[in-house]
Amino acid sequence: MRLRTFVWREVFERKNQLATSFVAILLGISVIVAVKNITFYSEKAVARELDALGANILILPKSASLQDYYGADMQDEEFPEEYVTRLAASDIQGLDNLSPKLSVPVESVGNRFTLTGILPTNEFQAKAAWQGAGVFARPQNCGTVDVPGASAAPPKETLVRKRVISTLEADQALVGADVGAAMGIKEGDTLTLLGKAFAVTAVLPSTGTVDDSRVFAHLHTVQQLAGKGSVLNAIEIVGCCNQISKGLVQKINTLLPEAKVVTITQIVDTQIRTNQMMARLSLLFLAIIVLVGGASIANYMYSNVFERRKEIGTLMALGAGSSVVLKMFLLKALLLGLAGGVAGYVLGTAIAVVFGPRIAGVVVLPMPSLALWALGVAVAISLVASYFPARQAARLDPATALQEI
Amino acid sequence: MLNMESVSKSYRHRGKTITALDDVTIEIPKGDFVAVVGPSGSGKSTFLLMFGGMLSPASGSVFVDGQSLYDLTSERRALARREKIGFVFQTFNLVPYLTALENVQIPLFLAKLSDREQQERAVALLERVGLGDRLDHKPSELSVGQQQRVALARMLANDPPIILADEPTGNLDPENAQSVQSFLKEANDEGRTIVMVTHDMRAGQIARRTLRLVDGKILNGTSGSVCSGKTDAVEGLRR
Repeated sequence: MRLRTFVWREVFERKNQLATSFVAILLGISVIVAVKNITFYSEKAVARELDALGANILILPKSASLQDYYGADMQDEEFPEEYVTRLAASDIQGLDNLSPKLSVPVESVGNRFTLTGILPTNEFQAKAAWQGAGVFARPQNCGTVDVPGASAAPPKETLVRKRVISTLEADQALVGADVGAAMGIKEGDTLTLLGKAFAVTAVLPSTGTVDDSRVFAHLHTVQQLAGKGSVLNAIEIVGCCNQISKGLVQKINTLLPEAKVVTITQIVDTQIRTNQMMARLSLLFLAIIVLVGGASIANYMYSNVFERRKEIGTLMALGAGSSVVLKMFLLKALLLGLAGGVAGYVLGTAIAVVFGPRIAGVVVLPMPSLALWALGVAVAISLVASYFPARQAARLDPATALQEI
Repeated sequence: MLNMESVSKSYRHRGKTITALDDVTIEIPKGDFVAVVGPSGSGKSTFLLMFGGMLSPASGSVFVDGQSLYDLTSERRALARREKIGFVFQTFNLVPYLTALENVQIPLFLAKLSDREQQERAVALLERVGLGDRLDHKPSELSVGQQQRVALARMLANDPPIILADEPTGNLDPENAQSVQSFLKEANDEGRTIVMVTHDMRAGQIARRTLRLVDGKILNGTSGSVCSGKTDAVEGLRR
């Protein structure tokens, strides 16, 4: 016989009394697991939608005014391209796609539009210092997750959706939908701007923004044609919403005090509010489970100790020390916590997977990482709630317990 | 050897002071069989629990094999109980959710014996008390007499040199009481020291001597008669 045999037999002997505590911890853990699981996929879904909207942070010259978000880079003011290096080399978390831009007005065959210089991502990656900073690695808990059924955007739309493009040669150009339609330009045509011939690699789909009236070319080519040197009008950033809520904008402001940093506050705020509400809801449920589950377990353990005081006294008479008695009750609490945690995770995950799509309108998948969390919380609550009853049992006066006086 | 030197103990109960032991000095040599008799509330159980290391005296000292019991930590006293003392109770105090075999294994498990050693020794003891065919029965599935025999087997599990018995025949019919008395006599014949608290004067007769406790004082000591031999004891338990 071992200590666990002792505990196991006793658990099954009085399983009906134990059931109430088990159900309390099971329900508590399952509700939190379900909320956390649904919240996780809901946040990711919102982040994915936000990601589809494009950049949510703009870095502009200090004196710039912001009237049209998508046309914000159409400024007379400029700042050094070196800002991009500073951002890339910094340890700021939550910077996703960086898109430096320089825009100049141009005219071709009687059509006035904007030539915007952009930097393709392959040039970022070619620079070791920037690569090391992990600019193109999507930060944790940020951006999209792969969800079955969600297909990736075609390469041609990448610029429109994410404000970045992977490759762009010095003599290549991407043409906005309106420009393409007005000038009758097709993919493969040649377009001459500011005296330089560009090969049109794509005509972008319509976005309904000022981007439709632009032609995109390599940043350094545009800088050279404009004769302005290594300067920019704007840097567009896809910032991680979680990080924005943690002060990303302020961090950029500190890093680039000479620049103006603005964000799409409404969208970000909505996301932050949703996240905060879900986080508060999880905390609320956690507080309830700690109070209700813990109180239920403590109550059960105290009555269990009271009921078994003669048995405890007998064990002490037979040579059991306080430590054996303490271990006996804590092992029982551990078993209760493990059982409640496992069952709570399974039930909570089932609730999330079945009801998540109806409640939050998102596909919810099981999260194995929550199993560890559920086990940890359930075991901790059970052990903490049982500690004082267990200590009381271990300190029991055997003479009194045996009712021999 | 068991000793008490000037031991006193009193309790407060509903505002009144009850003297359980009053300046008791006694020596119980190794191999003795002492019956402690006296009216209810005379301090018999207090006397027994003090020798068991479970109730500290208000004053005086209690010695087991020359070691002052209450100068030890509670964990060391538990160890002393485990190694030297076997308890048997009036109400048997079997653990209800364990089988007869597991109940006998408790002192062996506390002594950290291996599973195999626990099993072998517990089976041998239960066979000795005639319950070899009731190993997997829980206390509720055993008769009152059988339950006390399981308790007797458990009492001997760690082969203790000292046995403390609190009214071991108090809940038994005459036939089972006789069996238990014979078993205790047999244990005494094996050289174990036995202190038995009892109301039963017939039970007291198997002891080598009788101590009478009244109002916490030992009034006198008398010699008892030895009644049955080893063979009778084992046969009696098997009946």
